[in-house]
Amino acid sequence: MDQFEVKVFIRLRPSVLDPAGEAIKSASSKLGVKGIKSLRIGKMIEVKIEANNEDKIKEEIDLLCDRLFANTVIEDYEYSIKKL
Amino acid sequence: MNTFTVGIVVFPGSNCDRDVAWALEGCLDITTKFLWHESSDLDDVDSIVLPGGFSYGDYLRCGAIARFSPLINALHDFVKSGRRVLGICNGFQILTESGFLPGALVTNKNLNFICDDIDLNVISSKGGWFQKLDKNKKIKLPIAHGEGRYHCDQDTLKRLIDNDLIALKYKTNPNGSTSDIAGITNEKGNVLGLMPHPERACDESIGGIDGLYTLRSLITQ
Repeated sequence: MDQFEVKVFIRLRPSVLDPAGEAIKSASSKLGVKGIKSLRIGKMIEVKIEANNEDKIKEEIDLLCDRLFANTVIEDYEYSIKKL
Repeated sequence: MNTFTVGIVVFPGSNCDRDVAWALEGCLDITTKFLWHESSDLDDVDSIVLPGGFSYGDYLRCGAIARFSPLINALHDFVKSGRRVLGICNGFQILTESGFLPGALVTNKNLNFICDDIDLNVISSKGGWFQKLDKNKKIKLPIAHGEGRYHCDQDTLKRLIDNDLIALKYKTNPNGSTSDIAGITNEKGNVLGLMPHPERACDESIGGIDGLYTLRSLITQ
């Protein structure tokens, strides 16, 4: 069995307002950074997982993302897989 | 004949379960039974309340982890049988996360936890959860939430409107909810989810009785 590290990124869908992101955008301008056009907050989940091959990992991570990590009504997800 | 019994689900982190029991038992003389979330035997209850609170600490998303409990699993057959399910606040969030109701509840637009009495319009009395009211009449119920902004896409909103599934709307939108939505039902009408707390409006001495009708309707056959 090989071990893999998966990084899952979860973002609010573009159509969903992100008021916390707006608040951070506003705070950023107080540091003198004026060029920020958009700032949105997401989540990152790191998973270490064992499997025989990368296809099996994709199947399992897709299941986790669809059913638990993200609510696809309001969120999109993507992930990267690295063999350890 | 067995006494009509309302099951009140208790998750780790529920905190309105005893309020609901107080309102049902003390104000309406309805028999209740607490149901631990690991139980999947729903045979001896006739309707179910998912109360407010912070099930599983609201980890990941509100209601996201509660949906995996054995009880929620058993709730699918319960709902199919036509028995009534009321989800209040966190209970509404669990109902959307579990797919019993469409849409999702997200962080309030102003980022505040809002604790207030609020005026609501009854849009639909589908399922008999609310008294049919004149358009200009309203009811007042307390809200207490940080993640109560109802969100759905345009197709879902159209389906809610076309099928008369919007039960309650805020008179003045406090949290940025799509189309001022405060509560919705499923198509059959036996499942209601709402952010306001009817169990906190069941006695004049605590500020109002506009919640009584909805709780009493749990025993409508």
